[in-house]
Amino acid sequence: MKNEGESSERPDNTAFTQQRLPAWQPILSAGIVIPGFLIIGLAFIGIGIGLFLTSQTIQVLEGPVFFYYGLSNYYQNFRKYGVSTDYYQLSGDTQYFKSPQDSCSPYSYDSQNKPIVPCGAIANSFFNDTFELYQIINGTKKLVPLDGKGIAWWTDYNIKYRNPTLVNGSLANAFDGTSKPLNWPRPAYELDLTDQNNNGFLNQDFLVWMRRAALPQFRKLYRRITEGDYAAGLPAGNYSLTVHYNYQVLNFDGQKKIIFSNVSWMGGKNDFLGIAYLVVGSLCVVMSVVMLIVYAKFKFSEDDV
Amino acid sequence: MHIYKPEQEPAVRSLGPENLLLKGATLKNTKKIYGVSVYTGMETKMALNYQGKSQKRSAVEKSINAFLCVYLCILISKAVVCTTLKYVWQSKEGQDEPWYNQKTQKEKDTFMYLKMFTDFLSFMVLFNFIIPVSMYVTVEMQKFFGSFFIKWDNDFFDPEIKEGALVNTSDLNEELGQVEYVFTDKTGTLTQNNMEFIECCIDGFQYRQRDVRSELDGFTVTDGPVHKLQPKAGVEKEELFLRALCLCHTVQVKEAGSEETLGDRLDGMLPKPEEERGFIASSPDEVALVKGAMKYGFTFLGLENKKMKIRNRQNDIEEYSLLHVLNFDPVRRRMSVIVQTRSGETLLFCKGADSSIFPRVRPEEVDRIRLHVERNATEGYRTLCVAYKQLTAEEYMVAETGLQDARLALQDREEKLMAMYNQLETGMSLIGATAVEDRLQEEAAETMEALQGAGMKIWVLTGDKMETAKSTCYACRLFQRGTELLELTVRTLEDGRSKREERLLELLRDYHKRAVQDAPPVRTGVVTRSWCGSQEYGFIIDGATLTLVMNPPRDADASLYRSLFLQICQNCTTVLCCRMAPLQKAQIVKMVKNSKGSPITLSIGDGANDVSMILEAHVGIGIKGKEGRQAVRNSDYAIPKLKHLKKLLLAHGHLYYVRIAHLVQYFFYKNLCFILPQFLYQFFCGYSQQPLYDAAYLTMYNICFTSLPILAYSLLEQHICIEILLDNATLYREIAKNAMLRWRPFLYWTLLGIFQGLMFFFGVRFLFSNPALQDNGQVFGNWSYGTIVFTVLVFTVTLKLALDTRHWTWLNHSAIWGSLAFYVFFSFFWGGIIWPFLKQQRLYFVFANMLSSVSAWLVIIILILLSLLPEILLMVLRKPRGPLSRQTAAVTPLSYKHLKERC
Repeated sequence: MKNEGESSERPDNTAFTQQRLPAWQPILSAGIVIPGFLIIGLAFIGIGIGLFLTSQTIQVLEGPVFFYYGLSNYYQNFRKYGVSTDYYQLSGDTQYFKSPQDSCSPYSYDSQNKPIVPCGAIANSFFNDTFELYQIINGTKKLVPLDGKGIAWWTDYNIKYRNPTLVNGSLANAFDGTSKPLNWPRPAYELDLTDQNNNGFLNQDFLVWMRRAALPQFRKLYRRITEGDYAAGLPAGNYSLTVHYNYQVLNFDGQKKIIFSNVSWMGGKNDFLGIAYLVVGSLCVVMSVVMLIVYAKFKFSEDDV
Repeated sequence: MHIYKPEQEPAVRSLGPENLLLKGATLKNTKKIYGVSVYTGMETKMALNYQGKSQKRSAVEKSINAFLCVYLCILISKAVVCTTLKYVWQSKEGQDEPWYNQKTQKEKDTFMYLKMFTDFLSFMVLFNFIIPVSMYVTVEMQKFFGSFFIKWDNDFFDPEIKEGALVNTSDLNEELGQVEYVFTDKTGTLTQNNMEFIECCIDGFQYRQRDVRSELDGFTVTDGPVHKLQPKAGVEKEELFLRALCLCHTVQVKEAGSEETLGDRLDGMLPKPEEERGFIASSPDEVALVKGAMKYGFTFLGLENKKMKIRNRQNDIEEYSLLHVLNFDPVRRRMSVIVQTRSGETLLFCKGADSSIFPRVRPEEVDRIRLHVERNATEGYRTLCVAYKQLTAEEYMVAETGLQDARLALQDREEKLMAMYNQLETGMSLIGATAVEDRLQEEAAETMEALQGAGMKIWVLTGDKMETAKSTCYACRLFQRGTELLELTVRTLEDGRSKREERLLELLRDYHKRAVQDAPPVRTGVVTRSWCGSQEYGFIIDGATLTLVMNPPRDADASLYRSLFLQICQNCTTVLCCRMAPLQKAQIVKMVKNSKGSPITLSIGDGANDVSMILEAHVGIGIKGKEGRQAVRNSDYAIPKLKHLKKLLLAHGHLYYVRIAHLVQYFFYKNLCFILPQFLYQFFCGYSQQPLYDAAYLTMYNICFTSLPILAYSLLEQHICIEILLDNATLYREIAKNAMLRWRPFLYWTLLGIFQGLMFFFGVRFLFSNPALQDNGQVFGNWSYGTIVFTVLVFTVTLKLALDTRHWTWLNHSAIWGSLAFYVFFSFFWGGIIWPFLKQQRLYFVFANMLSSVSAWLVIIILILLSLLPEILLMVLRKPRGPLSRQTAAVTPLSYKHLKERC
C-alpha cells in the first residue's frame, strides 16, 4: 500500500522520461568522410560524363525529331496572366460559359458583352503561328508530316481538361452564346479543322500553351516528326519552313525561334547537368585528397608532440 | 510600561525587542495574551520586503527579437527592392502592358502611388514567410514539453519528502544554461539549519563524540556513549562545564507528545525514544549545546517558576533559580545567565565567541584552550567559549539594581544595559569551549565546486553573522585555504581613525587595486577561474556597509562607489554578503543584474526571506526545505535539495540552451532559404508577385514538412551525454554568454541559408534553360519549377538537421524520415486528385511528372549534395582550439580528435 502511494509521487522511471532513450550517435569522422567523398566524387564524375556525352550526342537530325517553338522576353509567368483563366470552363462546366470568373477580366466579355470561352489572358494569347516543313528534293517540295499527338501531358489531355458535353452531337452547339477569344482566328471548336477530336479544350497545342512556362525565355513542343520517311530522323538535305505569321512579338521586344531537336533519356539537350556533375564530382575528389593531406600532416605534427 | 493593578503599587516593566511578536508566532504555554499591533499594512516587514512580480524573459527571447528585427529589415528591403525594380522595369516600352496581358479598366485608372503601395504590400505578403511565425509555436511547445523532463527526472526525487522537482514556469528552461551569477542563501540552502554538537574542550582537554551520526562511522549509537580522549580534565571542572551548558541558554523544553509537529523541525535525531524531548530556541546552536550536554549526562529538564531543573549524571535533579538573562547581542557576541544554586551560591555563566570571551578571562586559561578553538574554527565549526564567575551577595545586589535601572531607562537604554553587562562579565574564569557544526546540505561542497568550475560566480547572501557565514563558506569550499579575503565590514571600517565614509573609499580603492588592477588580465569573453595558482579573492561585505556603498554620503560620487564595488566583486570567485535584510538581497541581485553585460543571475533559497531575491533574479530557484513553501511558490523552479542544482544547471540547463538555440537558428535559416528562391523568382517574372511554390506548399512547409524533426531535435538532442556534462563542469562555459545566439553564429546560419537559397534557385534555373526535361520531349512549366525547388528545399533542410543531430533516438528517426516520407506522400496525394474546391488545379500530376524525369532526379540529388557540402566540410575541418581542446572535441565531434581515433 505504502509503496503504491510512493510510486505515484515518484516520477516514472522510463527511458523516455529520464532522457535515456537508446540513441545512435553518428560521428562523421575522416574515416567515413574521405572515402565517402571519394566515392561520391567518382560516381558523380561518372554520371557527369554520361550526361555530358548524352547531351552532346543529341543531334538535330536523328529521329524522332522534336519540333519546338521558342519565345523570349515573353512573360507567361506574370501573376495576373497566370490567374487569368477559368478552370471550370476548361473542365467543361457550361455554367461558367455564361459568366466567366472575374479573374479572366479583361478577357471575360467581348464588345457585345458576350462571354468569351475560353476566357482569360492565357487562352487569349494562345500561340497561333503555324508551320509547314518541306524537304526540297530535286526542286520539288515534299511535305514533312508533323505529328501533333502526344505533345501535351497525358493527364492534361485525358483528365484535367474536359470539353463540354456535346449538344445535339455537335461541339459547336455547346459553345452557343459564347464568343471566341479576341485574338483567335477561329473559335475553340474549330481549332483543328483536320481532326475533329483535336478541338475544343482538348486541342494539344492549346494544352501545351496552357501549361505556363517558368521563365520568360521558354520553348514549347510544337510537333513531333514520327511518321513516314522521317521517323528515323530528318535526312540531310535542303528544307524549307513555311511560317504562317500571326503572333505579335515585336511590340514587346520579343523573339521567336524554331528548334529542331531529338531527345534522350535525360530530355532535351542540356549541358548544364553534365557539367554540374563533373564539377561537383571533381570537387569531391579534390576535397577528399586535400582532407587526406591535411589529415596526414596534422597527424604527423601530433605525433611529433 | 507601567502596570496598574487595583490595590497595588504600580509596577514598572521594560518593553524591548524581545517583547515583539513577529509574523508567524504561535502562542503556547498560555491561553491568551494581550497585545498591541505596532506595524500594520504597508509598514509591516512583509509588505516592505515584498516585491512586485515582474514578467521574466529569457536572454534567448531577447536574441530572437533581435534576429526578428534583422529579418524584418530583410523582408522590408526585399519588398522595397522588388517594388522599385518593378517600376523601373515597367518604365521600359512595352513591358508594362504587353498585348497578351492587358489591364482592366479599373487597374488603369488606379492612382500610380496607390498601385506602388499595393505592390509593396503584395511583396510583403509574398515574402512574409521569412518571418518564422511558426517558430513561436514550436518554441512554446518545446518549452512546455521540455519542462516535463525536469519534472520527470528521477534524480531530483527526494525520498525524504517524497517529491521531485517542480517547474513553475516553462519560459526559462534555457536560462538555466546561461547562469553567470548564483546568489545563494546560507541557512537552509547551503546548510541544513540543523546544528550538531561535535566536540568540546574542557580546561584544555578535548572531548569528542566520535559517532555523531550513526551513518557517519558505521556503528550505531546505543546509549549515547561518550568517548573521552585521555587524559581527562578533573571531574569537577567537567561537571561545571556541563552545568554551564545546561544553564546558559534560553531554550525551552517541549514535552514529548504535545504538539509534535511544531517542534520537531528543531529537534534532531535523539538516540533514545524516552529522551524524545523537544527543545525550542531562537538559535539552533543553543539546542545543539543543550543536546550536547545531554549526551554527556546532564539533561536540561525545563524552566518552571524561574527555576531551571537539571538531571545530572547521578540521575539527581538539581534546581537553580534563574535570576537574570543577559541576552545575546551581536556587538557583545556573548550571553550570560545569573543563577542561584540551592545552597545559595550565585553563579554567572557566560558563553560567547572566543574574541569576546578571551579578553575577559585570565590569560593563562586562554592559552590552553585557544589552540582547540582555532583548530575547530578552521574546520568550519561554530565555536563558543564558556566561562563562569562566582558572585558574592554584595556583588549581586549591585548587579541587580544596576540591571533594573538600566532596563527601565527610557533614554540610552541599550547603552546603559551594555555597560552593565560589560561590567558584570569581567574577571571570569574560562572553563571550556564547544564546537557545533551546522551540517552542510548533502554534497553542498561538490555542488558549489562544480558550479564554480562551470564559470559561475557564487554569492552567498545571508542574514547570519559574518563568522558563521565565513566558516560555512570554507566548509563549502567556496573559500579555500589560499583565497585572499577582502573584508568590507563594519569592523574593518572602524579600524581606522578616519571617518567611515573615507575609510570605505580607501578600502574600496585598495581592494580594487589588489583584485582588479594587479590581477592578470582575464581572457575576454570567457569567464575564467584562475586555475594555475594565481591568487583567488573572496570578498566579504555586510549589510551596513552595503547600505553605505549603495547610498554613499552626500557629495560623494555615487557611481564611483558602486562601480568600484562591482569591479571588485566581479574579480572575486566568491562574494559573501552577511547581515543582509531580505530586500537588500534583492538589491544586490538587481545591481549585478543591471551591471555591464547584464549577466544572467540565479537565486536559490528556501525561506520567505529569500522570496524577494528569487523574484528579482533572472531565474529563481526554491528549495523545498523545512521553512515553508513561500520560496517554492514564488520560484521558477523548485528542487528538493541543493545538490540537485548541479544537474539542473549543468545537464538540463546546458541541453535546453543548446536545443533552443539551435531551434531558433534553424528556424530562421530554414525560412530564409525557403523564401529566397521566391524572391529571386521575382527577377524572372517581371516582379509580378508570382509565387514560386504552390499555396499548399507555402502553408505546409512550416507546419508539416519541417516542423516535426526540429521539434524532436529540440526535445531530445543530447549533443554531449548527460554524464559527461555532469563530470566536466567546464563544458558549461562553452555556451556561456549566449554563445550560440550571438551575431556570429547568426551570420553563419544566415549565410548558409542564402547560399542554399541561391543554389536551389539557380540550379533549377539552369536546368530550365531547356524545359524539355522528359524523355518524351514534353516541357515542364512554372509549377514544376517550383516543385523541384521545393523538393530540394525540404530534403536539404531536413538533412541539414539530420547532420546536426548527434543523438538519434527512434523518435528522431521517425520524425526526420517520417517528415520526408510525408512530404512525398502529400505531394502525390495533392497532385493526384482534382480538388473540387480549388479554382485552379495547378499541381495536378506535377509531382508525379517531375519524378518521371531523370533530369529532375539528378538535379535534385546534386543540389542537395552541393548545398550540404560546405556544411560537411566545415564540420570535418573545424579544428578544436584553445587549451580545453580535449573537452571541446566532444562539442564538435567532427574534429581531428575523432579523425585520429578513427584512423
